[in-house]
Amino acid sequence: MIHLQNIEKVYRTSTIETLALNNINLNIRKGEFVSIMGPSGCGKSTLLNVMGLLDEPSKGTVEIDGQAVTQYRDKELAQLRNQKIGFIFQSFHLINDLSVLDNVEIPLLYRSANGRPRQEYAKDALMKVGLSNRMKHFPKQLSGGQKQRVAIARAIVGNPDIILADEPTGNLDSAMGNEIMNILQQLNNDGATIVMVTHDEQMAKRTHRLVRLFDGTQVL
Amino acid sequence: MLTNYIKIAWKVLLRHPFYTFITLFGISLTLTVLMVLTSFLDHLVGTHYPEMKRDRSLYLMLMVQRDSAHTGRSSGPMSFKFLTNYAKTLKTPERVTIFSAFNSSNAYVGSQKIKLKTKFTDADFWQVMDFKFLEGKPYNEQNIANGDYVVVITDDFRKQYFSDATESVIGKDVDIENIHYKVIGVVKGSPVTRPVTCADVYFPYTAPKSNYQRDGMRGGFMSILLARDKSDLPAINEEFQSRISQIPLPGVENGYKYTTLEVKSEPYAENFIGQIIDGGPGLKAILFGVIGFILFMLLGLPAINLVNVNVSRIMERGSEIGVRKAFGAPVRTLVWQFIIENIFITFIGGAIALLLTSIVIYFINSSGWIAYADLTINLSVFLISILVCLIFGFLSGVLPALRMSKLTIAEALKS
Repeated sequence: MIHLQNIEKVYRTSTIETLALNNINLNIRKGEFVSIMGPSGCGKSTLLNVMGLLDEPSKGTVEIDGQAVTQYRDKELAQLRNQKIGFIFQSFHLINDLSVLDNVEIPLLYRSANGRPRQEYAKDALMKVGLSNRMKHFPKQLSGGQKQRVAIARAIVGNPDIILADEPTGNLDSAMGNEIMNILQQLNNDGATIVMVTHDEQMAKRTHRLVRLFDGTQVL
Repeated sequence: MLTNYIKIAWKVLLRHPFYTFITLFGISLTLTVLMVLTSFLDHLVGTHYPEMKRDRSLYLMLMVQRDSAHTGRSSGPMSFKFLTNYAKTLKTPERVTIFSAFNSSNAYVGSQKIKLKTKFTDADFWQVMDFKFLEGKPYNEQNIANGDYVVVITDDFRKQYFSDATESVIGKDVDIENIHYKVIGVVKGSPVTRPVTCADVYFPYTAPKSNYQRDGMRGGFMSILLARDKSDLPAINEEFQSRISQIPLPGVENGYKYTTLEVKSEPYAENFIGQIIDGGPGLKAILFGVIGFILFMLLGLPAINLVNVNVSRIMERGSEIGVRKAFGAPVRTLVWQFIIENIFITFIGGAIALLLTSIVIYFINSSGWIAYADLTINLSVFLISILVCLIFGFLSGVLPALRMSKLTIAEALKS
């Protein structure tokens, strides 16, 4: 589903060059639930960003569902992200000025979906994460766990094949973290391919496969 | 999609009330100045009382004579005879009027002197113009043929000259430059910004001192050719120009030898602008320079200021930009989102400006600063105001939006 070949990512400033990812080769199969672990600053989030087409690698090729994206322009990349990938972030990244329902609708705004069906899809997604009673609330009125469930609803509303989660339980207590993990496992059981960055060994154990990074290099 | 953008724009406005106040204050003040200016321009060149047929009129205001070397020129209004021969006899117009530029005279009420603007006109003047008669009627061909000493006066002059404003003044005498005239009609006056119709007293052209019998082509008269329909204007112009081309050249006028002669017949706005532009290349450059500078000061500087405010506001929304891009928003869509948001904010400023403009216009009209001023926010002023709002919103939104579009998603999400 996701194929990374000889991926290298270098961050350059006028005085310093930092190798964030070094020769990463990784193949994520359809329906897999993979966790990425490693110490802080080892390149986990950078790797997830490259997989999710949020950042360009300095070298190497990325293939999503068989499509090599090296030559893709902004519009094509945006379309591919919109159709195939859903994102969950550690700090939720909800838009505080929009209601829960409006936040969840965001991915559908960039498809040719009309207002009414768009709302229906968003309501369905909120129902799946148990938040159908909070649709008109605003993010500031929600707890951390509820915010992350809204973020999951936003990630799945477009029915993407791939879900990329960057420390989805990192800002939550263990009970909330478990709840979120249960939802992710359910999504995986329903067929979604999930890649999750985590610091938590217990959470990583609940996934199919573990990828370990150290100083930008894959060690497992 | 649009509702989503507008919801966000509204929430962003509410987020920092002071910031919003400063932004809207700047936008509305700028747009108010532009709207008042537009209204004033419309007042100058638009179709307004009593020149309600400007859209189907051609104005003959000036004759220009040049010598063979094109080093000198002589220009000015025309003689009554010239206009009678070359304009009054045209076949294509519905009606042709001849009238003088306004002159100055004095009238006395007891020992008090009243300075007057006077105008000599033919009877057709009252048909071509749409003056509102508050009392009486205009003079007609018969009055002119009889050489009657009659006048039409304005309500302002009536108030100044006749102490009793409640009584009718029709048939009463007015003494102007020691000649007695009978008041035949009282009209609502025309503002000084409309020189073709502005006067305090209107005399038949046969009245003393009009010089209507003067020989030669130059004099103190102008003319309006009224078309039955706007579409007739080119044909009227063609007929008039063909007449003019038959004037034998070269000729001599008041000792000045000319080899070319030009009398433009053009719509009022063109004539108005043409008089400024015809002042020569130097004047033209100064005019456009001044217009450019005023526009830059009025539109450019506030737009640059708004760009700065918008850049910081947009950069505050890095997380939102990152999320939208991550979930499939192409750069172009986001650029449009920010431009639309900005246009929305500008339109709120525009609505406030419209209100402020109405207040300013009310004060201009009622202050007496321009007598009979009738500045309005009519459809054309309103449409131009909307266009200005759109341009202003676009100008101040496009740069911040482009700057935002350069952010990578990963960077935006980190902010």
